[in-house]
Amino acid sequence: MTSRKALNVIQDGGADPLGAEPMNPSRRAFLRTAAAGAAVSALAGCGVDVGEFLRSHFKELSRDELAKVLAKVERRNKERFGKDTKVTAEGPRPGVEFGYGLDISRCVGCRRCVYACVKENNQSREQPQIHWIRVLEMEKDHGVDLAHSELYYDADTVPRPGKFYFPVQCQQCRNPPCVKACPTQATWKEQDGIVVIDYDWCIGCRCCMSACPYGARHMNWAEPKLPAAELNPVQHYLGNRPRPKGVVEKCTFCIQRTRNGRYPACVEVCPVGARKFGNLLDPESEIRRVMETKRVFVFKEELATHPQFYYFYAT
Amino acid sequence: MRQKSTPWIVVLLAALVAARALASQPAAKPAAPPEKKKEILYEARPPPFSDGIFPCMECHKDQKDPTRRELGFHDEQQAVFDHDAEHRWCLDCHDLQNRDVLRLASGATVPFTESYRLCGQCHGDKYRDWRAGVHGRRVGMWDGAKTYLLCVSCHNPHSPSFKGVKEITVDGKLTVAPTLEKIKPEPRPARPEEMRGWKRPAEAGR
Ligand code: SF4
Repeated sequence: MTSRKALNVIQDGGADPLGAEPMNPSRRAFLRTAAAGAAVSALAGCGVDVGEFLRSHFKELSRDELAKVLAKVERRNKERFGKDTKVTAEGPRPGVEFGYGLDISRCVGCRRCVYACVKENNQSREQPQIHWIRVLEMEKDHGVDLAHSELYYDADTVPRPGKFYFPVQCQQCRNPPCVKACPTQATWKEQDGIVVIDYDWCIGCRCCMSACPYGARHMNWAEPKLPAAELNPVQHYLGNRPRPKGVVEKCTFCIQRTRNGRYPACVEVCPVGARKFGNLLDPESEIRRVMETKRVFVFKEELATHPQFYYFYAT
Repeated sequence: MRQKSTPWIVVLLAALVAARALASQPAAKPAAPPEKKKEILYEARPPPFSDGIFPCMECHKDQKDPTRRELGFHDEQQAVFDHDAEHRWCLDCHDLQNRDVLRLASGATVPFTESYRLCGQCHGDKYRDWRAGVHGRRVGMWDGAKTYLLCVSCHNPHSPSFKGVKEITVDGKLTVAPTLEKIKPEPRPARPEEMRGWKRPAEAGR
């Protein structure tokens, strides 16, 4: 393969293929030294956790520091929900690059995936209601055309005559505009292709939201409303751990499941089997079979985002 | 039932999915195509029989008339039958001698748990896709053991075009069965203005 810049999957710890500038995640190096005195006490005074404010970027954390960070998240979960949770930070597996296929000749627009995702990934249930998957109803006469699409369709039964359904979620781009837009490097692409967010690092500026051409990123405009009884206790630090107010979140291919070999929740729930998932580097995988035998396209190809999320027609 | 777990599979599986408990042995022959390099454990969900309909031989012991005709029983199937109705009838797929099994075109019989072999005789393209995991729903591990559904879990064999499915329990296992009604979608998302305290009229549902 030729090494076209835009197609490189970002290597952890390596040079940043997205920009010419070398990566410098320790943006608070200055603070760490200069703020030792008065600034620190001032921070403590306004309720900010000093240790958290001054800690290193996720990728720079040592094993011990990471363990401390995870323990702290579990502690906070306990305070907030009164429940024990297991928060991990399972890394990408070597030789794995995730690919997702969505069969739009099968999807019937039932929205089961939308709510399975909410349940799995601990989104705020209402005010704000956050859905990582948005199912658009489109007209067969117009094809895939956002100008003729409806997100808020109400129907007694689906599919409706003359319509087809086009679910949209994070496309896990190989050339992610959101990563380039983030001023604090709170979001980045991992080696298996998942674009992740460190909610502790996100300052809520929403630059990524305006950069994303798929509307895949969602802001917690208010304190998320997540009933303790509905909390999913199996959590990933970069995925479905409960979010605070004022941070951005999005689909992570169910990182807490897929890094352990499981299918994402939306894949398992889809009653028509429209959703396919697997390792693009494994020639035997379901997703490779889709790529090799079906008509496949990516959404908004003209933007050169190079998604790892593919739409296809099985018939 | 066939015992699938030879020791080397167990070893391989343990390596692949260390912590996954093998709840039960596969109810049917695994669908893994022989050319597949990696051996992965597949488990079929049980066929979605209507309550009390199986075993068929309880009623069909003495019925051995092979002539194609309008039946005086099984109205529920005859009323909906729409599977190339002009050319097909019961005994094209059901075995005359033993109603508890199905019959291939070759005359060989297959159990209901392997009905996909019967369907695959005509629907070869779908059968290939299904075996590769491209057609139909699967549950489990993308890199390991998974559970698949039979064709008849989603397609009513007597009226096979897909309409909808509902969840059922067979022998304590959750599976799905085809319905003749289409699926009701989940509630639409809230509009932004509705999230700012505006209350949706109660009659609109959600
Ligand atoms: S669950 Fe499957 S069929 Fe239903 S909307 Fe989602 S992708 Fe479409």
